[in-house]
Amino acid sequence: MPNDMQTSGIRDHRLAPGDYAENFSDLHPPMDDHEALVAADRCYFCHDAPCMEACPTTIDIPLFIREISTGMATAAAKTIFAQNIMGGMCARVCPTETLCEEVCVRETAEHEPVQIGRLQRYATDALMAKGEHPFSRAADTGKKVAVVGAGPAGMSAAHRLAMHGHSVTVFDARSKAGGLNEYGIAAYKSPDNFAQAEVDWLLKIGGIEVKHDSPIGGDMTLDSLKREYDAVFLAIGLRGVNALRTEGEDLENVRDAVDFIAELRQAKDLSSIPVGRNVIVIGGGMTAVDAAVQSKLLGAEHVTMVYRRGKERMSASEFEQELATSKGVQIIYGAAPLRVIGDKAVEAVEFAYTREENGALVTTGETFTLPADQVFKAIGQTLEGAPAGLEIEGGKIKVTGSGRTSDPKVWAGGDCATGGDDLTVTAVAEGRDAAEDINTKLGG
Amino acid sequence: MADLTSTFVGIKSPNPFWLASAPPTDKEYNVRRAFEAGWGGVVWKTLGEDGPPVVNVNGPRYGAIFGPDRRLIGLNNIELITDRPLQQNLREIKAVKRDYPDRAVVVSLMVPCEEHAWKAILPVVEETGADGIELNFGCPHGMAERGMGSAVGQVPEYIEMVTRWCKQNTRMPVIVKLTPNITDIRKPAEAARRGGADAVSLINTINSITSVDLDNFAPEPTIDGWGAHGGYCGPAVKPIALNMVAEIARNPETADLPISGIGGVTTWRDAAEFMALGAGNVQVCTAAMTYGFKVVQEMISGLSEYMDEKGIASTAEIVGRAVPNVKDWQDLNLNYITKAKIDQDLCIKCGRCFAACEDTSHQAITMSDDRVFEVQNNECVACNLCVNVCPVEGCISMEALAPGEIDERTGETVSGEYGNWTTHPNNPGGTMCNVMPEE
Ligand SMILES: Cc1cc2nc3c(=O)[nH]c(=O)nc-3n(C[C@H](O)[C@H](O)[C@H](O)COP(=O)(O)OP(=O)(O)OC[C@H]3O[C@@H](n4cnc5c(N)ncnc54)[C@H](O)[C@@H]3O)c2cc1C
Ligand SMILES: Cc1cc2nc3c(=O)[nH]c(=O)nc-3n(C[C@H](O)[C@H](O)[C@H](O)COP(=O)(O)O)c2cc1C
Ligand code: SF4
Repeated sequence: MPNDMQTSGIRDHRLAPGDYAENFSDLHPPMDDHEALVAADRCYFCHDAPCMEACPTTIDIPLFIREISTGMATAAAKTIFAQNIMGGMCARVCPTETLCEEVCVRETAEHEPVQIGRLQRYATDALMAKGEHPFSRAADTGKKVAVVGAGPAGMSAAHRLAMHGHSVTVFDARSKAGGLNEYGIAAYKSPDNFAQAEVDWLLKIGGIEVKHDSPIGGDMTLDSLKREYDAVFLAIGLRGVNALRTEGEDLENVRDAVDFIAELRQAKDLSSIPVGRNVIVIGGGMTAVDAAVQSKLLGAEHVTMVYRRGKERMSASEFEQELATSKGVQIIYGAAPLRVIGDKAVEAVEFAYTREENGALVTTGETFTLPADQVFKAIGQTLEGAPAGLEIEGGKIKVTGSGRTSDPKVWAGGDCATGGDDLTVTAVAEGRDAAEDINTKLGG
Repeated sequence: MADLTSTFVGIKSPNPFWLASAPPTDKEYNVRRAFEAGWGGVVWKTLGEDGPPVVNVNGPRYGAIFGPDRRLIGLNNIELITDRPLQQNLREIKAVKRDYPDRAVVVSLMVPCEEHAWKAILPVVEETGADGIELNFGCPHGMAERGMGSAVGQVPEYIEMVTRWCKQNTRMPVIVKLTPNITDIRKPAEAARRGGADAVSLINTINSITSVDLDNFAPEPTIDGWGAHGGYCGPAVKPIALNMVAEIARNPETADLPISGIGGVTTWRDAAEFMALGAGNVQVCTAAMTYGFKVVQEMISGLSEYMDEKGIASTAEIVGRAVPNVKDWQDLNLNYITKAKIDQDLCIKCGRCFAACEDTSHQAITMSDDRVFEVQNNECVACNLCVNVCPVEGCISMEALAPGEIDERTGETVSGEYGNWTTHPNNPGGTMCNVMPEE
């Protein structure tokens, strides 16, 4: 008998073949010309616009929207890319509800912001569809820069450095570039292999060589890079994951949410990804939401997200939480895992209710148990494999100014470095700014 | 519900909203449906001489200007007068008038500038039972090239002559429709009056090119690669039309000449504004062409509501009420001092008032780090630009200083007395001054 949502255990093909494509289609579908014109009309072209200030890459939002409204989506795209070379991905993944759109004056006026994210996608899609790259490289400076990590921070820095005429080599531990754009972001935010398309498009600037399967730490060390290159930019993200430190954590079918998501993102056929009937996701961030929603979309019957603190403390935005519940995920706030129960594989998880007392989290004494055949841990990523000798602060590489580390030849940015939220757009901004600083240092 | 009935040059209609001579009134089918929808009257699409009808272009005849949300705000056309046979139009006019005796049916006419041509058409129109005629001296394209339409309307002597021919050859009231494509609208109105016109109607369309095709480098609408200027109408022309109506209404020579107001009337409010400036009724074209005949229902309910609220019993009470307040610049009270005031509760902090005032006015609005915008009374000249650019209605208002208050900008006390430029100490012409102020 074929599998369905009620089949117990971890199973693939729970849904009808057509359901997968529909479930994983664009969360924010592209706008057609008419929708874009109507949406663009709503922008007031604010003075010193609050949306622009709220954007970590400071895109000139009112200007690009005005360019759309006059029928020049490609000009709008150039306005966007000048500030944010990954404006295409950011249009898809930015939590705009807590960035530009949150402060849009039309949110104040009518509780309905200008749809900045979707308009940005409309513009960037228009230019990228032409296959054109809007920037050209300055004359070769003869300087060489190493970038470690091909995620948004690394690729943004590489692009800006190449634009200034430097020769850039990007080293990445994995077999594909893109970092979490390729391996982490929810599939319904970046369908149709957009992450790779964006990397290919970005590389058209020229002067960038990407070396896959080339981790720094083994044969190649930071010291050797420093000898061979004029400057090094570290953008290695957060490769480690936090452990639950709970009894039973090692039982079968208890795994890190990021690994599950990476596997899902790389799958050629989503129906071949097995998922449990009763799935529990532990955590309260974007990773937890993405693991929970995508489990549900793969056909899990019951998906429960359990977060140890209250709703207001959850780092996933209100929008993300609503997205999860609208897809059928149940969210339990204020409960922490006590132990994972099972013989060989997980069968249930016991939780204790919690409350905050003077800032400290304490258990109330009351407990409950949920059946589970699959558990995803999503309680935070950590810095792993940072080269020795750099100053670390709060678990991240310490940087000052535009990504300067304690080593004068080394810069760092993105999730692995201090400062800013762990978001794609912040990584892009930090990569760009570090590149500008390196360029200045190299006499550009 | 207020009484909306209107009598214009003796022609009665249940409301003052007429359809202007244009495609909406080109045939019986349309006019019947317009009357069913509630229109008070129509001016039938302009008829020409008997014989082979004119021929229209077979490519696009309209061009447009759009506002936000692709609202049509200006329409341009290169259409000619009716392209249907005269006899067919006459039959239809007669049938409609017979079935709708309470509605106004006026027939627009344009024939060559020769007395025999007018003498020929007037009796056959009269025979339909129509309530009156309107002389189309306004069409600015096509027909003007043939010595008709605005080619007549631009020469006051011709207006007077043709009007006189008509008055001598028909018992029907004669309305003269004016072209705005002249420098001083009072001259053609005075000529119409001298010729014996019962009324004028205005405005006809304004010479215009609405857009240019930037791939083919041709004006739009483009006919096989070429374009010609057309006539502009719709909401965009309303301010021009209002001014022309007011000019005629306050000109002593024509003050008692009835006016049918035309140009951009889209809502009851537009209609009331035309009437306040002296129009006895209004005519509508673009609004009907944009939204269909049903728009008249909003005009009817809106005007009626307004009249009830104001205690106005008949539409005649609105007509001309604003005319005494239309003055020359030199009459305006220079001692009336206002200051902009921003309602902080309504402000959405877009900063447009700041950009406008800072960059193009008098640097009288300040912006704080947390985006609070405030008017500095010592700099504000009360130009009203901030009010005009603010997207929130009622957020910025102009407040008058009371007599005795100090104007912080000049340091002077508000006198409370009327004082205009003619008596102002800075006026080199002193009290004798009658030069036109600069724009
Ligand atoms: C599941 C999930 C969902 C997310 N969803 C969103 C979202 O919707 N919106 C949003 O804005 N943000 C989201 N984020 C956060 C966002 O993906 C990150 O903030 C962003 O990718 C950080 O970029 P980065 O370049 O610093 O690091 P990464 O994207 O992590 O890239 C780091 C790169 O460095 C490589 N690397 C690591 N160590 C080495 C080494 N020693 N040698 C060589 N290469 C190395 C890695 O292979 C990787 O390619 C999400 C994160 C996760 C985990
Ligand atoms: C407030 C204001 C004052 C103006 N004063 C003058 C003037 O003194 N002299 C002049 O030649 N034009 C004057 N103009 C007309 C403008 O120069 C310009 O011709 C007109 O505004 C049309 O252009 P625009 O609609 O593209 O702005 C004025 C316009 C405005 C809005
Ligand atoms: S805040 Fe909103 S309305 Fe203002 S410029 Fe930005 S997108 Fe436009």
